[in-house]
Amino acid sequence: MIEFLLSLKIALRALRINKMRSFLTMLGIIIGIAAVIAMVAIGSGASKIISDQIASVGSNILLVLPGSRTSGGLRMGHGSTPTLTHDDAKAIAAECPSVSFAAPVVRGAAQVVYGNMNWSTSIMGVTPDYFSVRDWRAVTGRIIGHSDVEGATKNCLIGRTVAENLFGAEDPVGKIVRVKKLPFMVVGVMDGKGRSPQGGDQDDILFVPLTTAQRKLFGSQFPGSVGSIMIQARSEEELSRAQNQVDALLYQRHRIGPGRETDYTVRNLTELLDVAEQSSKAMSLLLGAVASISLIVGGIGIMNIMLVSVTERTREIGIRMAIGAKKQDILLQFLTEAVLLTFIGGIIGMVVGIGGAKLVSVFFDWPTLISFQAIIMAFGFSGAIGVFFGFYPARKAALLNPIDALRYE
Amino acid sequence: MGEIVVRTEEISKVYSMGEQRVDALKRVSLSVEKGDFVAIMGASGSGKSTFMNIIGCLDVPTSGTYLLEGENVQGFSGSAQAEVRNKKIGFVFQGFNLLARTSAVENVELPLIYGRFPASLRREKALSALALVGLADRAGHTSKQLSGGQQQRVAIARALVNEPAIILADEPTGNLDSITSVEIMAIFQKLNRQGSTIIMVTHEPEIAAFTKRNVVFRDGRVISDTPVARQADAEQARGRM
Ligand SMILES: Nc1ncnc2c1ncn2[C@@H]1O[C@H](COP(=O)(O)OP(=O)(O)OP(=O)(O)O)[C@@H](O)[C@H]1O
Ligand SMILES: [Mg+2]
Repeated sequence: MIEFLLSLKIALRALRINKMRSFLTMLGIIIGIAAVIAMVAIGSGASKIISDQIASVGSNILLVLPGSRTSGGLRMGHGSTPTLTHDDAKAIAAECPSVSFAAPVVRGAAQVVYGNMNWSTSIMGVTPDYFSVRDWRAVTGRIIGHSDVEGATKNCLIGRTVAENLFGAEDPVGKIVRVKKLPFMVVGVMDGKGRSPQGGDQDDILFVPLTTAQRKLFGSQFPGSVGSIMIQARSEEELSRAQNQVDALLYQRHRIGPGRETDYTVRNLTELLDVAEQSSKAMSLLLGAVASISLIVGGIGIMNIMLVSVTERTREIGIRMAIGAKKQDILLQFLTEAVLLTFIGGIIGMVVGIGGAKLVSVFFDWPTLISFQAIIMAFGFSGAIGVFFGFYPARKAALLNPIDALRYE
Repeated sequence: MGEIVVRTEEISKVYSMGEQRVDALKRVSLSVEKGDFVAIMGASGSGKSTFMNIIGCLDVPTSGTYLLEGENVQGFSGSAQAEVRNKKIGFVFQGFNLLARTSAVENVELPLIYGRFPASLRREKALSALALVGLADRAGHTSKQLSGGQQQRVAIARALVNEPAIILADEPTGNLDSITSVEIMAIFQKLNRQGSTIIMVTHEPEIAAFTKRNVVFRDGRVISDTPVARQADAEQARGRM
């Protein structure tokens, strides 16, 4: 075998002779590798955020949603039928020994007006426990207190995004904002939380006391009902015990008889995140299938062009053989060319894939993560395709008879 | 008597295409000594190229034995034969057969590459081979940038760079005008004087006159094998032209 660098030089020269053809041949590989890289970046970005979220929210969180497990489906957020109440939450906190906090939540959305600025945002009616469960603090001012909930006061707490958009550099604490025409006093600004696993801005939010939300903002025909109850178990180990206790308590409180469907669902957060992860896996699988088909088609394209190239260069092969090239030398020459073709395609595909992933994260607001393994895998894959699809044409070249090859016109 | 480089003993070559049989060579026995300069002549189809291909280890005879420097190279494996072609034989073709888009010096380096010469030695040897054929100043030119005669000189440099036991040239002047042909012959004569053994095929008696020995083929047989009485000097002939 002749030196590696020299073979590379010879192969590069051959590819340069037909630049356009080489590029078109690479296209399948470029698309395939780009798809793999982008897919892995998008998929692993999402799962990294999800696992970060589990770590930050804590793996000891339960969520009680109205509606049965079957009819409620996999919905996150508030259910359809308002069957959960503030009293349910109080009872859970009081009676379930494995539960440390139970935070009832009511959700809605509205325009918030300050002076001539306005901003539409999510509104959450909460009790102080909510902030304990989320481990979330105010950076300035205070959070919503028990007295706010008891008195249904018109105090509110805003997220960083809302503060920036309504107040700019001004200090929001003590200022009056209007929500659904009602005046609310800002008592604090929350610490920044960043994005949720679904990609939403968690800081784009305004908190009001639970009771205020129930009575004054989102009046319901079921007074006292809440959208969901967020529960923190005393520890991760006690999570399943807490889940059973909450289940048993609500079963009793809601008078569910044997054989009847419950009108609530208790879920733990990891379960919900599993669902999210599973759907992103299914997505990855689909993209993976597309990528592999593209790579195979690309590989066949390379084989085709290499066969053409061997025929075109029959005379060159004859000359090299007459001068003393062995079969292995010729085999290696064409194999190097095929692998180089796929390798360069792989590198371009990698750049395109990373660029594509970045575009996705900018335009679709979806986090992406470029992993080292994906890059190594892409390289390995493109190399393997080169060897696999380049072998047959290279062998054909190596088996040429020197005299016939020399005589070829 | 000098040492024998090429020796064929009753070699025959039969091409059979279906029903048809072509006896390209019929029991040809020929020996070539070291330092000889042989012209092979004969009508078209008389078996000259077939003979050269066998001598050059590009083909094997149907029967008979061929010894190159006393070794029976027919029995060699494919890669051993490639090595023989690389180390002991230098080919010059009618159509030059240089690699396109490759500089003269890189063309000359090719046999050294396949001979696994270290890179540092290759360039030096290739350049001195080019100097030997008078093309030191054209080392960087590709075949497109060279005249036919210059291309053939590059091909000769490529053939001799490995210091082969024998240089085989099949109609090396076939594509060249008469002046250039004589120039090429002058180079061959120079190499021959320096000790190279050369076998060349030619149709032209004037070209054959520059060699030391003329072998004539007809219908696959050697019909005459005569030393050249007075070898013409190509250098002088060029001067007269
Ligand atoms: N590969 C082959 N298959 C069949 N027949 C062949 C083959 N090669 C040569 N021949 C035949 O063998 C005979 C000798 O051919 P060869 O090429 O040796 O002639 P030559 O003396 O070199 O002729 P020319 O002067 O035209 O080059 C011819 O009749 C030719 O048709
Ligand atoms: Mg011939």
